[in-house]
Amino acid sequence: MPTVPDASSAGRAVSSSPASAAAAPADVAPAPLIRARGLTKRFAAFTAVDAIDFEVGRGESFGFLGPNGAGKTSTMRMIGCVSPVTAGELTVLGLDPARDGRRIRARLGVVPQADTLDLELTLRENLLIYGRYFDLPRGEALRRAADLLDFVQLGERADDEVENLSGGMKRRLTIARALINEPELLLLDEPTTGLDPQARHLLWDRLYRLKQRGVTLVLTTHYMDEAEQLCDRLVVMDKARIVAAGSPRQLIERYSSREVTELRFAPGVQEALDGQLDGIAERVEQLPDRVLLYADDGEAAAEAVHHRGLRPESVLVRRSTLEDVFLRLTGRSLVD
Amino acid sequence: MAALAAGLRVVEHNALVYRRTWTGSILGTVLSPVLFLAAMGLGLGGYVNRAGDAALGGVDYLAFLGPGLLAAQAMQTAAFETTWPIMGKIVWNKLYEAMLATPLAVPDLLAGELGWLTARLTLVCGVFLAVLAAFGAIRSPLGLLALPVAVLTGLSFGAPIMAFSATQKRDSGFNVIFRFGVTPLFLLGGTFFPIERLPGLVQPLAWLTPLAHGVALCRALTLGRLEPADAVVHLAVLVGFVVAGVALARLAFRRRLVV
Repeated sequence: MPTVPDASSAGRAVSSSPASAAAAPADVAPAPLIRARGLTKRFAAFTAVDAIDFEVGRGESFGFLGPNGAGKTSTMRMIGCVSPVTAGELTVLGLDPARDGRRIRARLGVVPQADTLDLELTLRENLLIYGRYFDLPRGEALRRAADLLDFVQLGERADDEVENLSGGMKRRLTIARALINEPELLLLDEPTTGLDPQARHLLWDRLYRLKQRGVTLVLTTHYMDEAEQLCDRLVVMDKARIVAAGSPRQLIERYSSREVTELRFAPGVQEALDGQLDGIAERVEQLPDRVLLYADDGEAAAEAVHHRGLRPESVLVRRSTLEDVFLRLTGRSLVD
Repeated sequence: MAALAAGLRVVEHNALVYRRTWTGSILGTVLSPVLFLAAMGLGLGGYVNRAGDAALGGVDYLAFLGPGLLAAQAMQTAAFETTWPIMGKIVWNKLYEAMLATPLAVPDLLAGELGWLTARLTLVCGVFLAVLAAFGAIRSPLGLLALPVAVLTGLSFGAPIMAFSATQKRDSGFNVIFRFGVTPLFLLGGTFFPIERLPGLVQPLAWLTPLAHGVALCRALTLGRLEPADAVVHLAVLVGFVVAGVALARLAFRRRLVV
């Protein structure tokens, strides 16, 4: 196993008494790794983040879910101490980004939305120079680079130029690079956007392993399945605000039903339904191309549709997902 | 001290990239002065010298031209290094974004780029000066001091151009820099003939640019004809452009990179 970030060791180093290392007493809540109160970001007249509150605890995997333009990236950039806070409070690792930006960044790993790799250098050189930015001695940076390349399964490509890598490989390299300083907190801005399913699953697996080692993950995504896979807890953002918070399970229970029945009608039929589906489920949602019935028993809802003499072209009963939560909260689907 | 170390990391990055391309680059660094001095200094100079050396202040054309080309080479090198490469790191491959996610901060990036530019200029101008010496165009031991002056001339262009580059969204503005700045200055800024030969109205304009001062000072040094009072003015103009350029670049980098 490569010696990649083991934040639990950092955790041990912090706690002074052996007792607290063994089991933190329940009445003393550990200080959150990130704490935001009324956090706001404005660009001239445009408010990108509008007074949001959240906390992320050590070892947690925390997600910002929302459509493009919801304010996720602006929030991440403030946490990453590269974008000044306009108003409100923010502490990261117990420090103030405005004053201790350098010290905080020294302990963060950042995977930006667009790759920022040096295409002219080899994979190994990319990691080496990045390690040097964190003041690692060359030998140590090279040693970690070799371990990390193995960890993201790119060890055999170490001396290739980055230019020749596929999108998924570049993403993995970016993650390896973000780990060179053994960060306590890893910030991932849309880690798998634009990747094919296979590449996404490989990435998720690596992130899951990091989480298992105690690295705190904070990520943004507009993929529901990603949020469900990776996040212990998440907030849903829309139009610069947090509209809901909780675990994926909690959010689905609170804002959706157990199951969803999707109905597709022949062209023109849906527009002419005119209330014929009323009362058939807890909630009926009309989308441009289909109708969603929110019900605890999706099959029963489908039968009821039949009983009313309606003949949809297709009927699909599925589990409720975060997509439904988002639709419920905002009236829009997530990926535009 | 910590800030200096951080700036050096950015120099280190440039050096790592340069290491991959240095063979091609060094060839140009040596060939360019050799070709220019052979063609213009010796070839064209042969005709120029037939007209007598009074107009050039009593020196042969090669000795007149050489230090001018040195200063002009510094200007061109600096202009190239501070246009596309800087824009690339801001816009195209976003390397500054990657650097700023580490303990490095904006002043470190600027310090590192200026440090790297100084190193590049020292190499390019050092080779140029050695070629000048090999052609016999250096007539005084003071000529060695033309190296730091040429580097300073390069920085006096590099720092303000860096500021300009950091304000640009696309690279089309760089054509303006080269077409209306670098190329006319190279041709008219005192390198190939004395500024006194320019039309009277244009002469003061030429003296407003750092190139004219860089050329004049390099020439005074390699010919061993230094007038201390003039030298102070030349140095003051060059340093003034560097200081103002760095201040503008700091502002431009901050505006562009801290949002």
